[in-house]
Amino acid sequence: MRSPFSAARIRRALPTGRRAVAATAAVVLLAAAVVWAVWPDRPAFRTESAMLTVRSGPDGDEPVDLDTTLYLPLDAAAGREVPAVLLAHGFGGTKESVRTDAEDLADRGYAVLTWTARGFGRSGGQIHLDSPDHEVRDAQRLLDWLAARPEIRTDATGDPRVGVVGGSYGGALALLLAAQDQRVDAIVPMITWNDLSRAFLPESTGGEPTEGVFKSGWAGIFFGGGGNVGSGPAGISGTGAETPEGAPGAGPPSPAPGQGPGTAPGAPAVGGLPDPSCGRFAADVCAAYLRIAATGRADQGAVDLLRRSSPAGVLDRITAPTLLVQGAADTLFPLAEADANARGIAANGTPVRVAWFTGGHDGGSGPQTDSDRVKFLTAQWLDHYVSDDGDSPGDTFTFSRIAGFDAMDRGLVATGYRTEDYPGIGGDSRVEVAVAGPAQPVANPPGGNPAAISSVPFAGSLSSLLGGVAGDIPGQHARFESEPLTEAVDIVGTPTVSLRAASSSGEAVLFAKLYVVDPEGAATLPSGLIAPIRLTGLPASVDAAAPVTVTLPAIVHRVEAGHRLRLVVATSDQAYTTPIEPAVHTVAVGDTPISLPTVDSDPIPTEAALWRWILVGLLAAIVVGLVVLVAVLRRRHRRQDTSVHPEYADTPLAVRRLRKEYADGFVAVSEVDFEVHPGQVVGLLGPNGAGKTTTLRVLMGLTQPTAGEIYVFGHRLVPGSPVLSRIGALVEGPGFLPHLSGLENLEAYWRATGRPKADAHFEQALEIAGLGSSVHRRVRKYSHGMRQRLAIAQAMLGLPELLVLDEPTDGLDPPQIAEMRRVLQRYATDGRAVLVSSHLLAEVEQTCTHAVVVNKGRIVASGPVEEIVGDSPSVLFEVSDPTAARTVLDGLGRVRVLDDADGQLVVDTNGTARSEVVAELVRAGIAVDRVVPRRRLEDAFLALVGENSRGSGDR
Amino acid sequence: MAGSTVEPTGDTTSVAASGAAAGYRPARTLPFGAEFRRQASRRRTQLALGFMVLLPLIILIAFQFDTNDDDNGGGEFGSLIDLATSGGLNFTLFTIFVSASFLLVVVVALFCGDTVASEASWGSLRYLLAIPVPRARLLTVKLLVALAYSALALILLAGTALAIGTLRYGWSPLRSTVAAQLEPGEGLLRLLAVLGYLAIVLLVVAGLAFLLSVTTDAALGAVGGAVLLWILSSILDQITALGAIRSFLPTHYSTAWLGLLSTPVQTDDIVRGTVSAICYATVFWGLAFWRFTRKDITS
Repeated sequence: MRSPFSAARIRRALPTGRRAVAATAAVVLLAAAVVWAVWPDRPAFRTESAMLTVRSGPDGDEPVDLDTTLYLPLDAAAGREVPAVLLAHGFGGTKESVRTDAEDLADRGYAVLTWTARGFGRSGGQIHLDSPDHEVRDAQRLLDWLAARPEIRTDATGDPRVGVVGGSYGGALALLLAAQDQRVDAIVPMITWNDLSRAFLPESTGGEPTEGVFKSGWAGIFFGGGGNVGSGPAGISGTGAETPEGAPGAGPPSPAPGQGPGTAPGAPAVGGLPDPSCGRFAADVCAAYLRIAATGRADQGAVDLLRRSSPAGVLDRITAPTLLVQGAADTLFPLAEADANARGIAANGTPVRVAWFTGGHDGGSGPQTDSDRVKFLTAQWLDHYVSDDGDSPGDTFTFSRIAGFDAMDRGLVATGYRTEDYPGIGGDSRVEVAVAGPAQPVANPPGGNPAAISSVPFAGSLSSLLGGVAGDIPGQHARFESEPLTEAVDIVGTPTVSLRAASSSGEAVLFAKLYVVDPEGAATLPSGLIAPIRLTGLPASVDAAAPVTVTLPAIVHRVEAGHRLRLVVATSDQAYTTPIEPAVHTVAVGDTPISLPTVDSDPIPTEAALWRWILVGLLAAIVVGLVVLVAVLRRRHRRQDTSVHPEYADTPLAVRRLRKEYADGFVAVSEVDFEVHPGQVVGLLGPNGAGKTTTLRVLMGLTQPTAGEIYVFGHRLVPGSPVLSRIGALVEGPGFLPHLSGLENLEAYWRATGRPKADAHFEQALEIAGLGSSVHRRVRKYSHGMRQRLAIAQAMLGLPELLVLDEPTDGLDPPQIAEMRRVLQRYATDGRAVLVSSHLLAEVEQTCTHAVVVNKGRIVASGPVEEIVGDSPSVLFEVSDPTAARTVLDGLGRVRVLDDADGQLVVDTNGTARSEVVAELVRAGIAVDRVVPRRRLEDAFLALVGENSRGSGDR
Repeated sequence: MAGSTVEPTGDTTSVAASGAAAGYRPARTLPFGAEFRRQASRRRTQLALGFMVLLPLIILIAFQFDTNDDDNGGGEFGSLIDLATSGGLNFTLFTIFVSASFLLVVVVALFCGDTVASEASWGSLRYLLAIPVPRARLLTVKLLVALAYSALALILLAGTALAIGTLRYGWSPLRSTVAAQLEPGEGLLRLLAVLGYLAIVLLVVAGLAFLLSVTTDAALGAVGGAVLLWILSSILDQITALGAIRSFLPTHYSTAWLGLLSTPVQTDDIVRGTVSAICYATVFWGLAFWRFTRKDITS
């Protein structure tokens, strides 16, 4: 007896070694992956926030407090100086709006100084709109401050190594600062303006801003509180243009005087309270705005004020290499602004690079690929020109086009393109498309209401990119359409159109827009961009009108073949101020067709191309792997030992020193040796769990033996050995497809052997099964015995030379058992043999010629049944007087009484003839009722395996 | 068993060098056709395939009860429902759309997960191996047959939907909200591409179910396990906090086929999804073969 808590038991309950290792490895890997994914990145920088007081203004003597944060890489120190980046925020933002970008740059090893521009947030001062005397001078003082920091690399005393990055308001600051201060080493202005007066007062026939049409929608948003426009680089960081910090109309975010930390001289202090109409705007800026907004027209003074805040006039002074990033979805500062900047700066021989992306003040940061590209370009530019690191970025022009919705995350997908040289917004070649239509009268609505909608500032990227909000008012617009295009055109740049207009008033404000109309009639206004024009001196009749050329805003858009172009000329638009007086104009197309610019460019290879190669490589690897695997297996198969062990060539079965140890350490078979010879019916005998079934499983190739060999007709038997085809088997009960009939099951089985149908001998097998017409019923409905008989029939299909039957009489009734006995004995002729495993001793005794007794995984006896049973059996005497008989028998010397119960004596005669014993008993006057030879297989069995009913198999 | 008379008449002389019985060739065991018939005779095969034919009919009948209630849920692709009755191609697309995420997963898991495990549970597996059918061959044939039935189910579903959809709604261009409508010829090609990608994604289910099928004797366990793991992966994919891990989930790219409807076709995610699916399927099948060719059959 063993302890119930033996080590083996515990071991068996636990997962086995290899599995445990595999499971642990899997869990550890998974946990590591999760941790890696959610582990917060430890910042590689530290921050210092401070309120710096700088002196600026026209005379440089007006102090103003600026709220700053310096991001310093951890390894920056005196002796290990790092280059710096001045990172400016967009209009209405604060230093916090650019935090993400600042952190990214700090991670790249730059000291990043962010600050809240004067007039915003906690900084003091008033908004002067990037005035050279105020905001720009503030930034110069910040450069001084940077140069004094010991951690910052300098080019000379007081000249820090610094790049200036900013979007929108911050982008213009970068340009103006670079023009005003030669210490700046590189700039990356994004989505910003060239001429602020032209941006807010555009006129698309080339008119001056004083003739421009006021972009009241955007202007109102800025003046009425300042949207958080253009925060980080290009305003493309997460807190982008679509979430204005101070909602429009919420009033200027000005702290009360004396309370704000930045209340230095210069803070609005009219009677101690800020001017309610101007908020934190400087008085001159405020006055100019009020004048323009009231009339819709700008006077020269206002234009001059806006020009003062524009890089346009100072571009020739910029020597810092400039990367210009502009958004295609930008109705505020369209691509033309960046184009003007690029031309102006490049004229000095300063390196300029231009990149367009599909975002902007309307489109936000654009698709992921675009913001990644912009980030990459920015880093590349700064690395080369500020930290002297990395190759020259070159001047490749890159742009992108919306290709549609992403099927997975519903975002927009953009395809990037590049060309060697920047072609400008005119493109490098042009395609002409004629539009036609009659001259049409259009009405100017009084007070500009109702007005067409082309774009809605801050409405989000989708609306303007896909023209979803575009809507024209009937009666207020003229339409001219082209024929469907025969081939697709990729517009990159500014289309131009020719128009003629007439008006009774002699003057007209019109809006030209170019729609793309698909075959179903749905019209799209690319990026929601329109061209406002103000025409004066118009004749009353359109026939007398001279054609004017209108330059439409630059777009990046593909017009598919079969789509039409539609030129719409409208009299009103919600984003602009239009004349109040009602009027009727007549509009007709000019004499030249629409001219569309195109750019010869190549798609930028993306990561996706890499994945294609990965896919190809993967498929190739799988194919090669499979080929190699098959080749190796074939080769191994050919090398397989097909030799015949001469000693066992004629022996149907020889089992040699077979051992089977399970993975959990349980030894099912420790050592088994036996042979089955032709003509024999061998019984494999043993208590439950003795190892019989395990032996048979190994014999069927279902289980790998731990040690030892099995030979079938001299062929070594391993799982799947072809020689298995000469064995018919019934192991561990029948296994049939329950939904098929008995006959179909046999047929399905034989089909699976792939052998000729004639070899199966179905009739004989069916005869053995003896199922009659039940053979056509489904196996599901069979009784246990019927299935058993069908399984024996299946084992006999093809009349295999060795028949292995595990408990064949299980479920059979006595006549069937008797019949089975006969069948098996007859089967084992003509060179065949049968191996029967059973724990029914009587059955083995009567059926088998030979027996192998297994116990606890070992053979305890083997040989002919008679030998095992022995020829000296004990005898059972039934006598009239057992007590007397016992005395008599005890007196006989060699005779031993083994058992004595109910008048029956079991006697070991020990060689004494039975007749002599009977004679002795009769002689003593004891009546003998019965004499039965007692010692049979059961006794032998019990003698061999012991009588302990528990000990046998339950090891 | 009465009166049976077995008089062995076999000739034991015609034996190959390998010791095999006459007519036995390992490469001829368990022919594809035999296994195909074995599976065809099963009720679950017939029911599954029958349902593939029935589902489009049910959907078609359901559309006849249209009450013009425009409450079909939101979403960019919710309009697939609105478009479903615009033509045979759109009807087919809709049928695929509603079946892709669950029904087809279950069907593929059924065919691939049940195939070995059910033989093990009936006990017939050990008799196949004792024929002997080489283990690798048994798995190969079973896998190919299971994949063939999975493909058949997909084709039946799409084919029936296309046939009855075209009969009922006509042969019109393929419409979607993400792109311009596609001419019927082009639309049919796109539809075939969608089916192809769907088949590739379902290879992961096939691989997983097949692996489970050789590891367990319970057919239900293999099928259910594969479906459960698939659902688990889908749930994890919804949790954006998992970040980059999500793209390693087998279900992450399972809806990338929607990109095939846009113009131009978005193939980036399809390529990534294909790489992911093939990797998973290869690993699962490799493990299944590795395991099955070594394991002790104890069923």
